[in-house]
Amino acid sequence: TRVVVASRTYADFTPQATFDIKKCDLHKLEEGPPLQAVLTREEGLQYYRTMQVMRRMELKADQLYKQKIIRGFCHLYDGQEACAVGIESGINRTDHLITAYRAHGYTLTRGGTVREIMAELTGRRGGIAKGKGGSMHMYAKHFYGGNGIVGAQVPLGAGVALACKYQGKNELCVCLYGDGAANQGQIFETYNMAALWKLPCIFICENNKYGMGTSVERAAASTDYYKRGDFIPGLRVDGMDILCVREATKFAAEHCRSGKGPILMELQTYRYHGHSMSDPGISYRTREEIQEVRSKSDPISLLKDRMISNNMASVEELKEIDVEVRKEIEDAAQFATTDPEPPLEDLCNHIFSNEPPMEVRGTNPWAKLKSIS
Amino acid sequence: LAMLANLEMSICRVRVTVRDALNQAMDEELERDERVFLLGEEVAQYDGAYKVSRGLWKKYGDKRIIDTPISEMGFAGIAVGAAMAGLRPICEFMTFNFSMQAIDQVINSAAKTYYMSAGLQPVPIVFRGPNGASAGVAAQHSQCFAAWYSHCPGLKVLSPWSAEDAKGLLKSAIRDDNPVVVLENELMYGVAFELSDEAQSKDFVIPIGKAKIERPGNHVTLVAHSRMVGFCLDAAAVLAKEGVECEVINLRTIRPLDTDTIEASIMKTNHLISVEGGWPQFGVGAEICARIMEGPAFNYLDAPAIRVTGVDIPMPYAKILEDNSVPQIKDIIFSVKKTLNM
Repeated sequence: TRVVVASRTYADFTPQATFDIKKCDLHKLEEGPPLQAVLTREEGLQYYRTMQVMRRMELKADQLYKQKIIRGFCHLYDGQEACAVGIESGINRTDHLITAYRAHGYTLTRGGTVREIMAELTGRRGGIAKGKGGSMHMYAKHFYGGNGIVGAQVPLGAGVALACKYQGKNELCVCLYGDGAANQGQIFETYNMAALWKLPCIFICENNKYGMGTSVERAAASTDYYKRGDFIPGLRVDGMDILCVREATKFAAEHCRSGKGPILMELQTYRYHGHSMSDPGISYRTREEIQEVRSKSDPISLLKDRMISNNMASVEELKEIDVEVRKEIEDAAQFATTDPEPPLEDLCNHIFSNEPPMEVRGTNPWAKLKSIS
Repeated sequence: LAMLANLEMSICRVRVTVRDALNQAMDEELERDERVFLLGEEVAQYDGAYKVSRGLWKKYGDKRIIDTPISEMGFAGIAVGAAMAGLRPICEFMTFNFSMQAIDQVINSAAKTYYMSAGLQPVPIVFRGPNGASAGVAAQHSQCFAAWYSHCPGLKVLSPWSAEDAKGLLKSAIRDDNPVVVLENELMYGVAFELSDEAQSKDFVIPIGKAKIERPGNHVTLVAHSRMVGFCLDAAAVLAKEGVECEVINLRTIRPLDTDTIEASIMKTNHLISVEGGWPQFGVGAEICARIMEGPAFNYLDAPAIRVTGVDIPMPYAKILEDNSVPQIKDIIFSVKKTLNM
């Protein structure tokens, strides 16, 4: 049954409120982001909705994976929603972003629809990459995936930033990687070049405490990921508080746009799921730990509590949003499970861009397949 | 006589080294399209480790000619990212041996992305640099990567021999909207060739995927790429004195391979020898032979198709050993005579 909306008008709600946010640890910075954030009711409702969509989308993916409707790799983002939504609220749509394989949330914030994301996971022709890419290879305008090789996306992101600077459009690139990837050599090569050439690049380490099954203490001689950029200024941010993430991102973006070069943000966050769907996620951490984060630091709950206790939204209103979100996800899942798979004729397409049709060798010498751009 | 003199004047042939041809190609394309830029080690202020980019930094400056630190994986990735975001980078590897450090970016970030994104994300990038054996640089600096890169769908792989090849192919590569690997040859950089009128034009491009018949012949087909093309022509000159006419095909492009031209030639000569500098196992010649087996030209072979290749060893240093590690003209002549049962 539909929840009855209490008969309160919008005039009853507080239009905006100021919240204290955690101070960020700073590295080679005189000042950091502000210690307070202003949240309007509209923003709050929008952040809430987006994070809820993200959460439910990932949980639906979990279901579909267990039903074997999604196959292969599936790295879920639930728990980390404040990062993706907070970052997006701190940059412009015309800025650029690249991340690794835990990418469904970013595909959403960068303009992908739930339908096309889920249909990509189920490998259907309506998928955002027509079923050719899968979970780790989703793309959108100014969003460069979705990258499967740990750390490889970091030089790519700096390259996007180079293009931003070269083209003089005052755009920047947000370049994400995890605590596991933070030990990749190519990231240090990238730090060096980005700093040398003052590229407008925000490096963001999403530290969810585990690189697959290896805790940060077992992988890194220094777990101060915000300092690992050495000569690059850094800040360590509470990644479970969307306002903290937003303010830090705005601060970082201002740094880049003022021509000061790259900056590094470490977001302390947590993933509820294991590394991927083939990892139960409890052999290297306790259920108690997971439960503790859920009950004390869940990003959606944190935002919800703030809004309710400041009279910025009603419980019923948020419940209504939940119902709508659930429906949206159901519709998307329905689409994702009924849309047909890509046609076999598509097998060899999209090898080259802007190319006349060509022949591709099939599995045997008589199989001459057609490829178009 | 006056008319002939006028004709001679209008066919203005110049002799240009491969190095200068590559330089011209980059200069012209940098001028033509402001999205084109060059990055790599020593490409700017040093004028290029092998002077291929001489004068470009002076002309175009820091923005378009970028010296990188010794960070192949990093700068190759940066180049790919820049290509994804709308620029047209030329990424130089000082030699392709160093590209192994960056090969993940070439294959997984560049070559596969258009496919994985179902056409949403093109990657218009050129990876270029010297490839294969040089002189006295020993095992770690002498490997030929033609087979490795040509294995991968999503890449185009070019291997110029002459100055005309170098100019036309590099220009095509830069104008191509896809990842192109251009395998140059250090020993060829200083070799001068005549550049035709046509090839001197700023819009001279050589189509990718088309081989060139450098020398027509009726008795045996020699297929080669890069420096070995010259060796085949030298062998052909010697053999011609004994009445054997070799048809020498310059592949120009390794991927996609111009099988049609090779097949048409075999249908004429009935004999095939592929010649390459790289190692035999799973090499360019191995692929050519496999394709000939599978195609219509097989029935025209009067003898098994064979390969002349580098010796299956890491490259030694001592001159006598190095000289005997790559095909020599006498090896080609020997193989022709064996194939023709002479």
